Amino acid sequence: MASLDRVKVLVLGDSGVGKSSLVHLLCQNQVLGNPSWTVGCSVDVRVHDYKEGTPEEKTFYIELWDVGGSVGSASSVKSTRAVFYNSVNGIILVHDLTNKKSSQNLSRWSVEALNRDMVPTGVLVTNGDYDREQFADNQIPLLVIGTKLDQIHETKRHEVLTRTAFLAEDFNAEEINLDCTNPRYLAAGSSNAVKLSRFFDKVIEKRYFLRDGNQMPGFPDRKRFLGGTFKSLHYD
Amino acid sequence: MSSRYFHWKMNLCIILIILVFLVPFYIGYFIVSNIWLLHKQQLLFSCLLWLTFMYFFWKLGEPFPILSPKHGILSIEQLISRVGVIGVTLMALLSGFGAVNCPYTYMSYFLRNVTDTDIMALERRLLQTMDMIVSKKKRMAVARRTMFLKGEVHNKPSGFWEMIKSVTTSASGSENLMQIQQEVDSLEELSRQLFLETADLHATKERIEYSKTFKGKYFNFLGYFFSIYCVWKIFMATINIVFDRVGKTDPVTRGIEITVNYLGIQFDVKFWSQHISFILVGIIIVTSIRGLLITLTKFFYAISSSKSSNVIVLLLAQIMGMYFVSSVLLIRMSMPLEYRTIITEVLGELQFNFYHRWFDVIFLVSALSSMLFLYLAHKQAPEKHMAP
Repeated sequence: MASLDRVKVLVLGDSGVGKSSLVHLLCQNQVLGNPSWTVGCSVDVRVHDYKEGTPEEKTFYIELWDVGGSVGSASSVKSTRAVFYNSVNGIILVHDLTNKKSSQNLSRWSVEALNRDMVPTGVLVTNGDYDREQFADNQIPLLVIGTKLDQIHETKRHEVLTRTAFLAEDFNAEEINLDCTNPRYLAAGSSNAVKLSRFFDKVIEKRYFLRDGNQMPGFPDRKRFLGGTFKSLHYD
Repeated sequence: MSSRYFHWKMNLCIILIILVFLVPFYIGYFIVSNIWLLHKQQLLFSCLLWLTFMYFFWKLGEPFPILSPKHGILSIEQLISRVGVIGVTLMALLSGFGAVNCPYTYMSYFLRNVTDTDIMALERRLLQTMDMIVSKKKRMAVARRTMFLKGEVHNKPSGFWEMIKSVTTSASGSENLMQIQQEVDSLEELSRQLFLETADLHATKERIEYSKTFKGKYFNFLGYFFSIYCVWKIFMATINIVFDRVGKTDPVTRGIEITVNYLGIQFDVKFWSQHISFILVGIIIVTSIRGLLITLTKFFYAISSSKSSNVIVLLLAQIMGMYFVSSVLLIRMSMPLEYRTIITEVLGELQFNFYHRWFDVIFLVSALSSMLFLYLAHKQAPEKHMAP
């Protein structure tokens, strides 16, 4: 397959939140029977019908790159991981609803991935603190997914869901909360499935249909002056 | 004087009870709770596990000449001697490995030369492998989709007759899938290896850069110093075994005696030896336990997972306890003669000489085998990266 057709979506999150189970569920519509640690990166492919149900329907293959590891890894591991962050078209941030730390680490994950990106938004980040504004202008669509929903007790559910709603707002992203061992959360027609479909549509749009056009209106020139240079390794 | 003795004894009893009774039982309990088959009778099976442990623990004492027959069966000496054997073995293994690994890690002489081109070449290979995996998975996704649309169900041929049937029928879709899946599996394994190698190269490059800084140079110098010490230790262990002798005086007193004799400086040997050896013993204990904890923590992070972390923490606690008891045993050799009686009093009459000999043997074995291991690893690594 020519790399021209590539639509690449990163799946990021702490160890053990359920990224591999999620990717397996998204791509093969089956629950992953024996999850084990991901070393390096594992890829899977999802067949997605862009603009399903309309005359412009077209099938795309979305690559889901599930990068293993933790934010606190040694810098040598981080430099190695950076290889996978090139030419990314979308990011899915996965966190564990039962583990607050994993939600807090999402900002560090997004910073790590976006810093390596080739899209010239001129994002300048110091010390890994994330600046809310950068996500407002961010060109790459984000999606926040919370896993292990079944392990949250009924009484605590409301509090947890409010917290994650704020989190998703910070990222300027949609959010989905589910349990990776239960396919019914992503059943066709459910609101989760609709959100997922919209996200993938947005990714494909940004990749193929807005590229030829002019730059997005309202591009902040001020950030461009501040923008630093990054190492961009072209592997296309 | 007697209260100190009492506290020594009491602490020792408590540690032994924890090491021999509590922690192994707890470990057994957690292991059993991980195996979901035995959920119903957790307590029963963990008791069984503990009894097995006790049996092997007791058997451990038999091949070693550690006890004189006048001790009772449940005395402290019995337990300590066995715990001591395990702990001393462990200490010697770790010391042997540490004695060889420490200079290897610190000294920049051993650092392989890694250039940016090496790293980029490896990264390119990694990405190429990932691309191959992606294209194969796309084919699989297409095949699955067409099968789904055609109404075929993806059946793995299970059972003898179904396998025979699948040879003749046109289940070509699923056969094809299985073949591609196998190719994908091997490619994924390759990608994992490449990833680990790349991370290794990045780490080596960072170490090279670090060694050019001041801090790096300082550690490099320490490394040379330390390696001399390690070589001396190995040498002494060999001499001890070959000439079958056990040191009578501790190194500090001997060192002071030598300086007094050679340099003619007036030293109150007794006074100074007591204080210096006390400080030195303290430093040795602190650094060795600290070193052990750091190594174990790294090891723990590398192998822990949500299921096994409990067991691993308890295992580490067990190891630490045994390490501590046996370091008390061994430290006796570093103390001046008159203080050795304190330890003999508390620990009872054990064959201390045996422990020292055992330590030396295991230390030597461990040091030699880790030298061999590191040599092989060092030789093998550059050849891997030279390959086109």
